[in-house]
Amino acid sequence: MAVRQDLQVELSQETLLEMYWYMVLSRRLDERAWVLHRQGKVAFHISAIGHEAAQVGAVFALRRGQDWLVPYYRDLAMVLALGLTPLEFMFGLMGKQGDPSSGARQMPSHWSLRRANVVSHSSPVATQSCHASGIGLGIKMRGDEAVVLTTIGEGSTSQGEWYEAVNWAAVHRLPVIFMVENNTYAISVRKELQMAVAHVADKAAGLGLPGITVDGLDPLQVHAVMSEAVARARAGDGPTVLETVVHRMTPHSSDDDDRSYRPRQEVEAMKAQDPVAGFRDRLLMLGALNDQAEEQIQARAKHEVDQAVSLAAEAPYPGLEQGGFPVYVEDIRHG
Amino acid sequence: MPVEVIMPQLGESVVEGTVTKWLKQVDEPVREFEPLVEINTDKVDTEVPSPANGTILARFVDEGQTVRAGTVLALIGEPGEPLPQREHGEAAPARKREDLGFISPVVAKMAAEHGLDLSQVPGTGQAGRITKKDVLAFLERRPTAAPPAPWEEPGLGELFRPSEEVGAAKPAAAPGTILPLDVVRRSIADHMLRSRHTSAHVTTVMEADLSRVIAHRQAHKEKFQREGVSLTFTAYFAAAAVTALKQVPLVNASWSDQGIVLHRQVNVGVAVSLGDKGLIVPVIRDADQLSLQALADTISDLAERARSRKLRPEEVQGGTFTITNHGTSGSLLATPIINQPQSAILGVGVMQKRVVVLEGKGPTGEPADSIAIRPMVYLTLTFDHRILDGAIGDQFLGLVVQRLQQWT
Amino acid sequence: MADITLIEGLRQAMDEELGRDERVFIVGEDVGARGGVFRATMGLFEKYGAERVIDSPLAELSIVGVGIGAALYGMHPICEVQFADFIYPAFNQIVSEAAKMCYRSAGEWTVPLVIRAPYGGGIGGGLYHSQSVEAFFAHVPGLKVVIPSTPYDAKGLLKSAVRDPNPVVFLEPKKGYRLIRGEVPEGEELLVPLGSARISREGRDLSLFAYGMMHHYALQAAEKVAPEGIQVEVIDLRTLLPVDEQTVLASVRKTGKALIVHEDTLTGGYGAEIAAILAEHAFTDLDGPVMRLAGPDVPAVPYSHPLQDWFMPDAERIAQAIRKLAAF
Repeated sequence: MAVRQDLQVELSQETLLEMYWYMVLSRRLDERAWVLHRQGKVAFHISAIGHEAAQVGAVFALRRGQDWLVPYYRDLAMVLALGLTPLEFMFGLMGKQGDPSSGARQMPSHWSLRRANVVSHSSPVATQSCHASGIGLGIKMRGDEAVVLTTIGEGSTSQGEWYEAVNWAAVHRLPVIFMVENNTYAISVRKELQMAVAHVADKAAGLGLPGITVDGLDPLQVHAVMSEAVARARAGDGPTVLETVVHRMTPHSSDDDDRSYRPRQEVEAMKAQDPVAGFRDRLLMLGALNDQAEEQIQARAKHEVDQAVSLAAEAPYPGLEQGGFPVYVEDIRHG
Repeated sequence: MPVEVIMPQLGESVVEGTVTKWLKQVDEPVREFEPLVEINTDKVDTEVPSPANGTILARFVDEGQTVRAGTVLALIGEPGEPLPQREHGEAAPARKREDLGFISPVVAKMAAEHGLDLSQVPGTGQAGRITKKDVLAFLERRPTAAPPAPWEEPGLGELFRPSEEVGAAKPAAAPGTILPLDVVRRSIADHMLRSRHTSAHVTTVMEADLSRVIAHRQAHKEKFQREGVSLTFTAYFAAAAVTALKQVPLVNASWSDQGIVLHRQVNVGVAVSLGDKGLIVPVIRDADQLSLQALADTISDLAERARSRKLRPEEVQGGTFTITNHGTSGSLLATPIINQPQSAILGVGVMQKRVVVLEGKGPTGEPADSIAIRPMVYLTLTFDHRILDGAIGDQFLGLVVQRLQQWT
Repeated sequence: MADITLIEGLRQAMDEELGRDERVFIVGEDVGARGGVFRATMGLFEKYGAERVIDSPLAELSIVGVGIGAALYGMHPICEVQFADFIYPAFNQIVSEAAKMCYRSAGEWTVPLVIRAPYGGGIGGGLYHSQSVEAFFAHVPGLKVVIPSTPYDAKGLLKSAVRDPNPVVFLEPKKGYRLIRGEVPEGEELLVPLGSARISREGRDLSLFAYGMMHHYALQAAEKVAPEGIQVEVIDLRTLLPVDEQTVLASVRKTGKALIVHEDTLTGGYGAEIAAILAEHAFTDLDGPVMRLAGPDVPAVPYSHPLQDWFMPDAERIAQAIRKLAAF
C-alpha cells in the first residue's frame, strides 16, 4: 500500500484551468440539480459534490476520447470532462428526448456516451467492473493501445462482481485501472462495516496487482498517480487498483436523509475541505487563476447551467413508441 | 371384415321384430346356418340362422328389445378382429339437442360455417362427444353428386314395402318455415301412408236422396231432444251402414295371410275432426245392436269426448268399419283412406240441393221424366280390392243408398 | 454428407466461426487444454491458441461479465457455462446487463454474445447437473433463447447465434450430446435461422411441441401411436425466444389438439407460454384441452436411477399422453 503525497506537478496553466473549469461546471450543475429536485421539478438526483477533484484529476490522465471509461453514477465531473454537455445532462435529469445516455429510458446519472467511449452502466452495483475487464481483454486481443478506466464506490467493492473483475484483469494482465472513489459511506453504512482492511487498495495485494491510495481531494495528486497507472497499463504491465479518498458532502441521493446516520459536524468539517474551493485557492496561489478569471469562470458556469435548464425544461418528452424499442439490435433505427 | 347379423323382415308388412332369446354369447363360436337368436314379430316367431362361420364378436340388441327390420343384431368374425365403425342412421334414433355432449370451440365454429345440425353428426369422442374429425367425416359423406335416376336403382323386389323404407330423409328443397312434427301428426302420417301401401285402394261413388231422412229427422228431432239426445244425420248414415254391413259381411272384414277375417262384431268408427290437432276415430261397439236413438246418443257422446280428449283407449280400438263425414267441411266428394286393418271406409259428402231427374210415367203409361229439386249427397266407398271386388263394393254402397232413400 | 453427433455439430460450428472471424473467441472453464469437460471445444485450443480459447477462472459471473465487456468492445465471445445448473451467479450479468444494454443505451451499445450451457437430465447428474433453465431466460426481452435437438440444428443454430448481434442463451441437451446422431452436409456453410420452428413430422390429429431431448422422444412416441391410427404432427420449437408463433398456430389450426412436452418442471415452465398463446389465438380451432407433459414440480432431478426415471418424461409417457388427448 502506498499513499502518494509527494508528487511534483507538470501541467500547463491552460490544463490546470481546464481542470478547474470542469470542477466548477460540475459543481454548479450539481447544485442546480438539487434545487430542481427540492422544487419538485425532477424526480431523482445523485450527486458528485465532494468528488470533483478526484474525477477530473483521473480523467485528465487519460487520452480522452481514445481510452475507455466504464463509470458509475457519481461520475458527473468525469463525463463532463469527456464531453457531456450541460444540456445533455439536463435532458437526462428531466427525462427528456435528447438524453444521449439512454433516450430517457434510464434514471438520471446512468451515464453512456458512445462518442467518448463511455460505456452504459446499470443500477446493480459493480456489474460494470467485469465489463471493464472484458473491454481490457478485447483491447489486448486486438493489440490496441487504449486503456480502460472504471470507477466504483468503496461499498461496492464488497460485491463478488468486483473481485472477479479485478482477478480476471490481474490474471490476464489487462489494461484496466480500477479506481475506487472512497467516500466512506455506502448510503449509511461506513467503510468499517464493508471491509476489514484499512484501505480499499489493500485488497489488491490479495489479488496480485498494485493497489495505491491517494488524497482524492487534490486533483493533481490524483492526476499524477493515475498517469503512472495508465502508463503501466498501456505498456502491457497490467491493472492497478487506485483508491481516491474523497468526501461525500451530500446525502447518498435525493432520496436519502443523512441526518439519521451522521452528525452535522462531520458534514461541516467536509465543507471546510471542499475540493473545488481548495483547488481554486491552490490555483490562485500558483498564479494560474486571478479574481477576474475566477469571476468569469463562475459567470460562465452559471450561464451555461441556466441555459441548459431553460432549454431542457422546454424540450419535449420522448414519444410513447420509444418505450417499445430497441429490444433487439434489429429494432435499432438508423438515420 | 366382420359379418353382420341383421333383423330379418318376415312378411311384407312386418317392419320390426323383437329379440326374444339369444342362443349364442359373445366370444362363442358359431357355424353357418346354426340358430343364433330367436325373434318375434306380430306375425311370426322364428329363429335366425347364422350367416357365417366364426365367433360372435359383439351383440348390439338385448333380449326383449324391439328393433326395425334391417337393424344389425350382431357381428361375427375372427376373435380379436377390430370392429368397424358403426354407420350412423341404423338403429340409433336421431339425437335430441340435450344429448350432444361437450361441443368444442372448433366444432362449434365448423357447425356455424357449414350450417350443420349437430344432432345429425355422430360422435366418436370421449363420452360420445362430437369431435372435429367427426364433423369432417360428416361433411365428406354429404352427397354432392346428383342422385341417380329412380329407375336406375334396383328395387327390393317386394310388392308392398313398409312405409319406413320409403321417403328416407332427403335434403329439403327451398328453405321455408318449419312446423315441428308432433306425435299426432307423425302418427297420422304414418298410418295414412302405411294404409295406402297396405290395401289396394279403390273408390266407388253413388249419390243418395235424403228427402225421407230429412223428413224423419224433422219429425223426431224434438222428441229425441226431450230425451237428451241430439239427432244428427251421422246417426242415419251409421244406421244405414250397419244395415249394409249385416248384409255384406265381407265389408266387415280384415285381410290376413291366413285368410279374410270376417268379424263377428260390427264396430263402426266415426271420424271426428279435432281441428288442427288432426282427427280421431271413436268406435261404436256392436252398432248393429243399437237403435237409431242409441246410435245418435253414442255418436254425440263419443264426438264430444273426442273433442275434449276424454276418450278411453278401448273406445278408439277394435273398429271394423269407419264412416268419415268430409261433407261437414264442404267437400262434395272425396276418396278417404281405409282405416287399417279394415276393408272399407264410407265417406259422406256435403248435403246439397240439386236438380235431379225423376223418372216417371205419363197419364198414358209412357215414360215421362220430370225435374225436381232434392237434397242429395254423394257417398263414396273406398274399399280394399284385395278383399272386395267392385261388384261387392257397389252392392254394399247400393244398400246404404237404398236404406237412406227408403227411410222409414 | 457426414453422420455426426450433436456435440460434434457444436464443435464444428465453433471451429468454423473462429476460423471465419477473428473477433470470435471462446471463454469458459476447462475449454482450452482440456477441450471442455464434454469435449465440446476439443482441438480448438491447439488450433487457435490460448488467446482465442481462454480458460477462465472458476467464476461464472465474470465468464459472462467479462464476455459482455469484450462484446461491448466489438468482440464476439462465446461464453461457456460448464453446466446450466451453475448459470445463476451469471444471472445478474445476463439479465441486468446483457439483455438490457441495447434498450437502455437506445441502441448505442450492443452485446453480440453467445452464452452456451449444457442442460437437462437423464445422465445421472442429480440435482445440480440436470437442471433445465430455459424458462428463466425466455422471460427476458432482449435475450434470445435457442435449444437445438439435432446435429444439423446444433451446428446451424450455433453459427447463427454467433453471428447474431444480440445476446443469445444457447442451451444444449447434454443427454443427446453423443446419443443423437444425424446427417450434416459437408463443405457448405450451414446456417439455421433463429426464431424458426421446424415441423419434423407431419400429422392431422394432434400437434406435439417439444425441444431438446424431448423432441426425440416425441418423434419416437409419434411412431409408436401411428399404427393405432393417430397421426401426430411433431414440431421442434428450436428457438424459444422469440418463438415461431406462426408455425405453432398453423399446426393447431390444422389438428385442433396440442400437447407440449418439456423436461423442465411443470409450473411456470416454458410450455405454459405456448399454452397461453394457443388459448388466446387458436381458441376457436381447439377440439380438446391444451395439454402439457413435463417434469414434476420437485426442486430438481434426483440421482438414484429409478428416481431419475420417475422424473424424466420418455417416449412411452409421451405416447400415453398422446393417446389420451387423441381420444378426447
